[in-house]
Amino acid sequence: MTQAPIDLRVYDDLRQAAGADFVGELVTTFLDEAPGMIAELRRALQAGDPDGFRRAAHSLKSNANVFGAHALAAPARDLELTAGAQATPQVLALLDRVDAEFSRAAAALEGLHHD
Amino acid sequence: MTEAGADLLIVDDNRVNRLLLARSVELLGYRASMAENGRAAMDMLRERRFDLMLLDIEMPEMDGFEVLEAIKLAPALQDLPVIVTSSVEGVDNIVRCIDLGADDYLPKPVNPVLLKARLSSSLEKKRLRDEQATLLKRFATNEVVQDLQKTGFRLGGRRVHATILFCDIRGFTAISERQSPEDTIELLNIYYTLMFEAIDHHSGIVTLMIGDGLMVLFGAPKPLENPAASAVAAAQDMLAIVEQFNLEQAAAAKPEIRLGIGIATGEVVAGFAGTKQRATYTCIGDKVNLASRLEQHTKRVSRPILIDDATRAAVGPEHPCESLGAVDFDGFSRSVAVFAVGSQ
Repeated sequence: MTQAPIDLRVYDDLRQAAGADFVGELVTTFLDEAPGMIAELRRALQAGDPDGFRRAAHSLKSNANVFGAHALAAPARDLELTAGAQATPQVLALLDRVDAEFSRAAAALEGLHHD
Repeated sequence: MTEAGADLLIVDDNRVNRLLLARSVELLGYRASMAENGRAAMDMLRERRFDLMLLDIEMPEMDGFEVLEAIKLAPALQDLPVIVTSSVEGVDNIVRCIDLGADDYLPKPVNPVLLKARLSSSLEKKRLRDEQATLLKRFATNEVVQDLQKTGFRLGGRRVHATILFCDIRGFTAISERQSPEDTIELLNIYYTLMFEAIDHHSGIVTLMIGDGLMVLFGAPKPLENPAASAVAAAQDMLAIVEQFNLEQAAAAKPEIRLGIGIATGEVVAGFAGTKQRATYTCIGDKVNLASRLEQHTKRVSRPILIDDATRAAVGPEHPCESLGAVDFDGFSRSVAVFAVGSQ
C-alpha cells in the first residue's frame, strides 16, 4: 500500500495552530523553495560537498515533516544520514524517490490549499 | 519586561521553519525577529537585547553549535536563554547542545503546546535570575555577583593568594560622643562613599563593615596581578581622599578624621560562609588576623599604614617603606616584621 502523500492529521493541526491563511502562504513558500533544495542535493552530490548535501537533505526532511509529508521526509532523512555524499546506486534511487514524492506532496498540498 | 512582550530571536536557515516559528511565537504574544544563520544572529545579539533565542543547529556560515560556543565566550550574553529547535539526527547532538549551554531542546516540527510551555518556563526562569541579580547587586560587589552567577552559590571556600586590608577611623568613639547620632551617621556615610571609591578603583572588595571598620579583600574572587600593590595603592588613595575631606571638615568647623590601615598578604581561604539562607563572601586565615593586628598597631606607632613583610616584598621599591622592626602580636607565636608606608 502506498503511503498517503500528506498526513491530514498533521496538516489540520498545523492549520488549527497557525491559521489557514498563514498555512496557505507557508505552502507557497515550501513549493517555491523545495525544488531548490532538491537541485542543491544533486549539485552537492556532483561537487562532492557532503556538508551541503546533508544540509539540503536535512532542510527538505524538516519541511516535509511540517506539512505531514512523511512519504517525502523518509527518503530525505535517509539521504541526510548517508555519509560522504557518494553517488551510489542506493543514493541515486533515494534521489529518484525524493523527486517522485515531492511531486505527489506538491499536488496534494496544492489541492488542500485550494479546498 | 513583561513576559508576554518578550523579544525572541529566531535563527533558522530554512525559510519555512523561520516563518512558522515566528508565526507560532507571535500567536503566543511574543515579538519575533529572524536571522537566517549563526553569523547574522550574533550580529543581531550584539546590536540589541533579546529575552530568548530559538536556535536551529544545521545552518551554513555558522551553525548552532558555533553560536552556542560564541555565546559562552560573550559575558554580555551569559544570561540569554537558548532553546534549540532542530530535527538534527542523533541523541549525541542534543546532548552536545545542552553541554554547550542550551536551556532546552525542542524537536522539529515544533509542537505548539510544547513550545508555549518551554518558552514560558525559560522566560520565567530568566525573569527570576534577572530579579535575583538586581537584588544581589544591592548587597554585594559586582565581582561577587559575577562569581555567583558563573559558578553558582555554594558554601565553602578555596585557597587563594590575596591581600587583606583593614581600615578604621582613629578615635571614632570620641568623635561620635561629641556630635549627634544623625551627624555621626552622615559622617559614616560620607566616609564609606569615599573609601569605596578608592577600593573599587583598585579592584578590592569590601567583605565586612562594622561601625567605622572595613575589611577589604584584594585578589578574590577575581584574581589580580599584584594584589599587594593594589591594596597599598588603595590605602594611599584612601589617605589622600581623607586629607581632602578633612580640609572641607575644618572649613565647616566639623571634626576631622584620621585613618589606621593594616595590610597583610598571603594564602587565605575565600568563599561564602554562613548558612544556605544567609551567607556572606568572606575570607579567613592568619593573614586576616595579621592585617587586623597591624591596623590596631597603627595607634601605637602613629603611622597611618602598616604592612607585613610579604606585602612589602610584593610592592617592590616604588613604595619606599620604613622597617619598624619585629613586633609580638597576640595570637602569633613568632614576632612579625612590620613596615610603615608613607602617604605617597
